[in-house]
Amino acid sequence: MSDLMTFREDTRRWLEENCPASMRTYMPESEKCWGGRDYVFSSDDQKLWLTRMADRGWTAPTFPKKYGGGGLSKDQAKVLKEELAAITARAPLASMGTEMIGPAILEFGTEDLKQQHLPGIIRGEIRWCQGYSEPNAGSDLAGLQANAEDRGDYFVINGQKVWTSYADKSDWMFCLVKTNTTAKHGGISLVLFDMKSPGVTVRPIQLISGRSPFCETFLDNVRVDKDQVVGEINNGWAIAKYLLTHEREMLGRIGNVPAEKTVAQRAVESIGTKDGHLKDSVLRAELAEWEIDFQSHQLTIERVRDETAVASVGNSSAMLKLYGTQLNQRRRELLIASEGFDAMSWSQDSEARLWLRSKGNTIEGGTSEVQLNIIAKRILGLG
Amino acid sequence: MQLILNEEEQMVRESAQSFLTDNAGPSLLREIRDTNNPVGYSQNLWQQMIELGWPSLLIPEQYGGLGFSHVAMGQLMEQTGNNLANSPMFATAVLGVSILLEAGSEQQRAQWLPEIAMGNLTLALALDETTRPDPLNIAASVTKSTGGFILNGGKSMVVDGQIADQLIVSARSAGRPGDSGGISLFLIPRDTPGIEVSGTLMMDSRITANIQFSDVTVGKDQLIGTLDQGLVPLTAALNIANIHLSAELLGIASECLQRTVRYLKERKQFGVNIGSFQALQHRAATLWSDIELCKSTVLAALRSLDDSAENASVIASASKVKACKVAQLATNESIQMHGGIGMTDEFDIGFFIKRARIAQMLFGDHRYHLNRYAELSGY
Repeated sequence: MSDLMTFREDTRRWLEENCPASMRTYMPESEKCWGGRDYVFSSDDQKLWLTRMADRGWTAPTFPKKYGGGGLSKDQAKVLKEELAAITARAPLASMGTEMIGPAILEFGTEDLKQQHLPGIIRGEIRWCQGYSEPNAGSDLAGLQANAEDRGDYFVINGQKVWTSYADKSDWMFCLVKTNTTAKHGGISLVLFDMKSPGVTVRPIQLISGRSPFCETFLDNVRVDKDQVVGEINNGWAIAKYLLTHEREMLGRIGNVPAEKTVAQRAVESIGTKDGHLKDSVLRAELAEWEIDFQSHQLTIERVRDETAVASVGNSSAMLKLYGTQLNQRRRELLIASEGFDAMSWSQDSEARLWLRSKGNTIEGGTSEVQLNIIAKRILGLG
Repeated sequence: MQLILNEEEQMVRESAQSFLTDNAGPSLLREIRDTNNPVGYSQNLWQQMIELGWPSLLIPEQYGGLGFSHVAMGQLMEQTGNNLANSPMFATAVLGVSILLEAGSEQQRAQWLPEIAMGNLTLALALDETTRPDPLNIAASVTKSTGGFILNGGKSMVVDGQIADQLIVSARSAGRPGDSGGISLFLIPRDTPGIEVSGTLMMDSRITANIQFSDVTVGKDQLIGTLDQGLVPLTAALNIANIHLSAELLGIASECLQRTVRYLKERKQFGVNIGSFQALQHRAATLWSDIELCKSTVLAALRSLDDSAENASVIASASKVKACKVAQLATNESIQMHGGIGMTDEFDIGFFIKRARIAQMLFGDHRYHLNRYAELSGY
């Protein structure tokens, strides 16, 4: 038996014994486990599941063991993912740490930074947020202005960040700042600081959905020690681009959350069938086309990963982001169409809120137009 | 499922790519068209394909074939799309071989498959009777006679029907057009008395056949599979055919994009390459993304044939829908982005749209398969 098959059997057995039954059910958005200092677990099982997975490092399966990661190969990580999916296990941790800043620290950080931050990320003890966009730096992210003044051993940061996801619930921020105002791309650095630092103020932004996943973050004379710079000073843009690749890949998986019922099942329940066909034949065609495109996208995520020897999928992430977010919007439109006025009430769990929220998918993390620019320039060589 | 090519499949892909780029392509197609080639393909090219062993790819080793995967054959099919290479390969080595493997008796397989592998036998599936494909809409019928059957009826749009040595004919042995039961398959030499074949020149410069069967005597041993139960193997073979046509359509779409991007980098207007305009960049980038998705669907579909997946019909329909839609977009967009020159016969890009639409319609276009997909999915 191959090593991978042995790994699969061991993994299956371990999951069977250690994944609590209530963690094998479809997960509503409200029960996502974000971790962090102030996190209140929605159940004992949720906490147990996170602890058990974190003990094995399987919240960050491919991270090195010495920082608390799983130390798995790419192939083993794929097996783990398949086995988790096979029992519809919930993700033990949803994290900007394991998805975004963790890989960046691993790739670019000093040994001290790795030892300081990676274990907390992997165990879900520290929740991270991303300080990228500013009021005048959206699609033109490199035009950011948050200023880091050099005071010898430390920087003093002044500026404003916007669209900071969950800044109000996060413990630390990874933040792009300007360390050289005379250069554009070459004057940016990536720094890490505690959100409890003096001078950090957070204000939630209410969206058209009535929800507030985003915040404005004001930085007023915030002190950041120089050992909290990831990579070289003034070389932050390269890391930012690396992180954006991860973010795009992550956003490309939006909507890939197992649900209790498929969109088609919900349409059938709402509209009914005649001779086995959904009564609305136009919607039926739209549904079928969406399902085929959705599968196509899932297969593409898989293929791009299979083709890539390294952890990052590179510029293909622009295509995954572009298509994944469009598909999620199409899904939300189909659900609104299927469930009609029932979906348009303004109750807390209304489909309308999810539908409205999805309008941001093709804007956040780089608009669809920015993704098309990336594909045209970096992949097709047009310019 | 691993969505990458193994070494053998990669080798097939590369050899097909280099062989067809050197020996086929729009220039060969132009020559076939302009010389009114009576068969619609280059017999020289086909001979070379036989020497390369291509017709034997899907045939198991026990019948003298190479026993390669569908993924490997799919790489060939994709390259025939890139290079618009017509030959008897699809009708014989994909469709014909699949029917024999699905329904043929041991004796039939042992008799015919080695002949195909050696390039001595070509086949054609005489299936559709109406202008839009539908495998259930069959009126051609057989009646029982002493020692066998008498076949009457007409078939149209038979790929390679004018040149094939043997025809695989689907005919009703029971029931009425539209019924799923009562369909039977027969293997009949094209030169059998009572068979009249006439060719139709299609817009892709290929020739398809209309075939009339008038009191054709068919022996019992010419029945492929079980009487009245032909739909099952026929469906399986059509699933295979549609997935391989998807691969061809993917090749067409990729080639259109490649040629278009090259043109965007060459053509100057307003003193700059037109590829510097964002309006065109975004169209090209959208097309590239769609083709990337199509690649995954087609590769997964081919792989599922090798894995004998249970839901082959759903997978085949999804694959054909995606490939048809993407090929349609790619061929339309490539003409638009080439501008006026894309409308000229002198320029090659127009050849791709003509082949694409026929490959799309063959055995059901995206509308047919979208409907089939929804039906099979229970809505």
